Amino acid sequence: MNIRSLLAVIVFIIVVLVAVPVLIAKSGRWDFYYTLTSVALLSIASAGVWFTFYIGRINIGQGAYALAGGYVSAVLVMKADMNFWLTLPLAGIFCAVLSVFIGMPILRLRGVYFAMVTLILTEVMRLAALALPVTNGAKGITSIPLPGAVSIGGVTLLPDFNTLENPKLAFYLVSATLMIICYGVLWRIVNSRLGHLCRSLQQNEELAASIGVNISWLRVLAYSISSFFGGIAGAMFIAVSQSIYPSSFQVADSVNFMLNCFLGGLGYVFGPMLGTLVLYFGWDLLFSTGKYQLLIYSSMIILLILLLPNGILSLGLFNRKIKADKHRDQEGQ
Amino acid sequence: MAALLSVQGVTKRYGGLIAVNNVSFDVAASEILSVIGPNGAGKSTLFKLISSFTQVTSGKVLLEGDRISNLTPHVVARKGVVRTFQEATIFRAMTVRDNIIVSHHLRSQASLLGFFLGSAKARADEAAFGDSADDIIEFLGLQGIANEVASNLPQGHLRALGMAIGLATGPKVLLLDEPFAGMNHDETMHMVNLVRRLRDDRGVTVLLVEHDMAAVMKISDRIVVINFGQKIAEGTPSAIQSNDQVIEAYLGSEDDVIGM
Repeated sequence: MNIRSLLAVIVFIIVVLVAVPVLIAKSGRWDFYYTLTSVALLSIASAGVWFTFYIGRINIGQGAYALAGGYVSAVLVMKADMNFWLTLPLAGIFCAVLSVFIGMPILRLRGVYFAMVTLILTEVMRLAALALPVTNGAKGITSIPLPGAVSIGGVTLLPDFNTLENPKLAFYLVSATLMIICYGVLWRIVNSRLGHLCRSLQQNEELAASIGVNISWLRVLAYSISSFFGGIAGAMFIAVSQSIYPSSFQVADSVNFMLNCFLGGLGYVFGPMLGTLVLYFGWDLLFSTGKYQLLIYSSMIILLILLLPNGILSLGLFNRKIKADKHRDQEGQ
Repeated sequence: MAALLSVQGVTKRYGGLIAVNNVSFDVAASEILSVIGPNGAGKSTLFKLISSFTQVTSGKVLLEGDRISNLTPHVVARKGVVRTFQEATIFRAMTVRDNIIVSHHLRSQASLLGFFLGSAKARADEAAFGDSADDIIEFLGLQGIANEVASNLPQGHLRALGMAIGLATGPKVLLLDEPFAGMNHDETMHMVNLVRRLRDDRGVTVLLVEHDMAAVMKISDRIVVINFGQKIAEGTPSAIQSNDQVIEAYLGSEDDVIGM
């Protein structure tokens, strides 16, 4: 990482964790906390989807893992009386393991066939949540307590959210931090050997196999990392809303996760983050247009994808493009 | 002559069609052996069987006595038998150098987690792969285009890059699938030289499938001829050139001409 990008990261962290809360306090728009918390968490799930794109698979099933992660956390908190912060990684691990079993058969499929199966996955998960006794069916799980305190060796890392004056701010800060960590991990993966191997897989699976890459194993690994992101995003989301229903994450959410990636730019690690921000805020800003909201919104998405097929980040305002990226853009035209 | 690679009674059946029928031959270490035959003779299928891209119906392929047939491609590559492809098969959106670096995967000492965390071992690997890639680039004369994106390259360079990718895995046996196809005389001679140096300088055993007779005669230590899935001849280039059965397979027999 060079000095320039290190500086950009530091500025970004300061903006997210300091400037945004200050601005919200000044403007008095406390509702923005919920919006931005949602953006942070949805962008984590989108990051997972982006990573499956990175091995050349269109994933429209992230909602399934967000829902599964949410239920794992909710059930563990309610029935096993576990601390939420412990259930957060467990939800991610549960989804990662689940995705290994789901991924092994379906990752053999490519293109639209894989996409179709993942699309159905979200619906299957919703129906499973409706049917299973542990999820309490359509009534869902409500009145989930706020996260408790975390302390290691007597030092309190995170306070009990019940004692906080402003849990909204706390949720925002925690979610934003989680987002920064997840994108840091994703960036590191993409720029390490694992990322290079994923790119080889994306560009030519046969050749990747012939240079000795265990492609079926690598596909499952990438998919489980992707699902891990979906699981922790779902779990954190449920902690914020304190309730979960089978309809908490639906097919529409899965589609949105995918759209976030398209809109931000598939060639850029931080594409899904920007895509989520633009899509989520765009929808909110159009609220005043009433019954035309969906019409304007969908027209704008169609236009954006037509005009910027490689995503918003391909405008080049945000980062200097390397030669390979430039080339990828030309190919996409 | 101890065999490095040994093909033993290999048969491949697709339903009622027998693509490869009971073919056997040995490849000695540091040998250049060509498999030739008319179109549809089963040469490419044979290659797929040796590299485990397809499973044999019966028979087996051994590398230094170890069975390598009916495994998966990456396992066979790990054992040291690596194939290149007929068409220019490369990682299109990567630069030439990145194509070669990523193909060093098999030589990796550090784990993927090590690479993620940037361990000392991983950094040593990265440095070694970079050096080795530069070495291969120089060996194949690709210096001028090392930082070009692969999909921009002309055909001849793509073929050389395909070979570089194979070479980067550190193979014992390199399977080249029609390395001279679609090349003019000069390009072919350049490639013939490269393949020879692959063996002479790098000690790689080469097994190739090819149509270009002039190149095959020039480059091969020995030749195996197959027709309709069966081996019909095996020997040195000069022996093959005067073999009646081979001439018949390529030109048709006198009886056929009279019959028509």
